[in-house]
Amino acid sequence: MKNEYDIIVVGAGPAGSIASKFASEKGISVLMLEKDRDVGYPVRCGEAVSLAGVEEFVKPDPKWIAAEITKFSFISPDKTEVIIPFDGKGIILERKIFDYELANLAAQNGTEILTRTYVNGLILENNKVCGVKYEFRGKQHQIKSKIVIGADGVESRVGRWGGLKTHSDFRDMESGIQITAANINVDPNTCYFYWGSEYAPQGYLWIFPKGNKLANIGLAITGDIGKKKSAISFLNEFMNNYFPNSPILSSVAGGIPFTPTLKKIVNPGIMLVGDAARQINPLSGGGIISGMIGGSIAGKVAADAIISNDLNKIYDYEILWRERLGKRHEMFNRIKNGIYKFSDEKYNQIAHSLVDLPDEKRTLGNVAKKAVINNPSLLIDVAKVFLK
Amino acid sequence: MIFCNNFIKEVILLLIEIIPDKCDFCGCCVGVCPEDAIELKEAEIKIIEKLCTNCSKCVWSCPIEVLKFNSNKIALEKV
Ligand SMILES: Cc1cc2nc3c(=O)[nH]c(=O)nc-3n(C[C@H](O)[C@H](O)[C@H](O)COP(=O)(O)OP(=O)(O)OC[C@H]3O[C@@H](n4cnc5c(N)ncnc54)[C@H](O)[C@@H]3O)c2cc1C
Ligand code: SF4
Ligand code: SF4
Repeated sequence: MKNEYDIIVVGAGPAGSIASKFASEKGISVLMLEKDRDVGYPVRCGEAVSLAGVEEFVKPDPKWIAAEITKFSFISPDKTEVIIPFDGKGIILERKIFDYELANLAAQNGTEILTRTYVNGLILENNKVCGVKYEFRGKQHQIKSKIVIGADGVESRVGRWGGLKTHSDFRDMESGIQITAANINVDPNTCYFYWGSEYAPQGYLWIFPKGNKLANIGLAITGDIGKKKSAISFLNEFMNNYFPNSPILSSVAGGIPFTPTLKKIVNPGIMLVGDAARQINPLSGGGIISGMIGGSIAGKVAADAIISNDLNKIYDYEILWRERLGKRHEMFNRIKNGIYKFSDEKYNQIAHSLVDLPDEKRTLGNVAKKAVINNPSLLIDVAKVFLK
Repeated sequence: MIFCNNFIKEVILLLIEIIPDKCDFCGCCVGVCPEDAIELKEAEIKIIEKLCTNCSKCVWSCPIEVLKFNSNKIALEKV
């Protein structure tokens, strides 16, 4: 290990590994620090992504693909099911292996990695971040760098120490809980989404098949709902009602910040990527691909700033992120604010009008159009997203 | 934190409790804490008493009911 690095990345999730990969492939020195013992474990995720999104960064490999998805199923509160063919292909990841592979990719490009390393502060000089403080095997250490990339996920504290506001309002934080269960008899190529107050008010419940009758079953609700009833209570009720005899192989909790990206994701010497920057899609809650996109932009920009010896260039990242996904996420957030507050009757009405449509007209765009028919202020946003 | 008026000293303690051995270390509570009062290592969670304002946002956000607001801990002392 060196005494000083060009870049230190905190957190070895998808956003951190991809940032590290893109920075180190330009020949600069990168160190990635992870507090957990293993990269990629525990898996706090439904593991659903679009294949095209993954392909932008890594060649698909059957060893981390658990299932292929060709259809969505939306289930309304009165149990009307609407099946919609997926325009493209989705996959359910084996994230334990996928995250490992991404860290390996960073390592192959020159990134050094240290696990069981808890970053607990930043080194600041003249209001500029220039390194991290960390605990490793019970001892305190410090290490300097020109840039720190905070990829420390939903629990991010690195940004706060660097003067960026990273915490989310509890009403915008989705409290998530998920189990992986056996003997789940669902279509192995369909992702299921349940809506309404019985399943997950102000959120949704999902069943994502993982092959061999295994499935990820989870849900997320806002902190506002959590005040009265916790996520785990909703999930226990669902399992008792729908799958009482399905053994549970694992269970995880997790937070999903359903917000647009933070206003500021760069300060002198520090950049935030992934969940730490709140780069999650605020409508779907998907954050793997968008975190990788954020990480790739940040990694490239940081490396260029170091190579050109002009650290002010890191501010380009904010602009490039906003152009690529940031503005789009603001739009998704407005749509979410409309859709997630629908009453059970509204969800039922939408489902009834969609089941009557012929197959070829049952598209995600039409779902969205139906969803906003009584909420005209959302129409412009929906049109921009789906009707391009 | 100590508030004083002429007769009553209200000693406000840390009222948020972590139910032992229940935490999944998921970080959701850290993500909503406005005071940066929660420290989460690999398998260790701690509330930093001097920073916590007992606002309960972490309690409402915990997906698996690990955190509890314990009002019984409010202590009133005459001065
Ligand atoms: C229940 C649930 C279901 C989800 N389902 C999906 C889904 O189906 N599809 C999808 O795309 N997204 C999903 N998400 C969201 C997705 O998991 C995240 O958006 C994604 O993992 C973000 O990647 P990241 O690299 O930003 O952060 P993370 O993957 O969270 O990685 C952050 C890393 O930083 C480490 N770290 C944190 N603090 C420190 C520190 N101080 N020092 C050192 N290391 C630190 C952590 O240990 C962690 O390894 C889901 C989330 C949850 C909770
Ligand atoms: S009560 Fe409020 S301040 Fe205290 S730890 Fe919880 S969220 Fe933070
Ligand atoms: S939200 Fe609950 S389970 Fe998650 S880290 Fe906090 S106390 Fe633990």
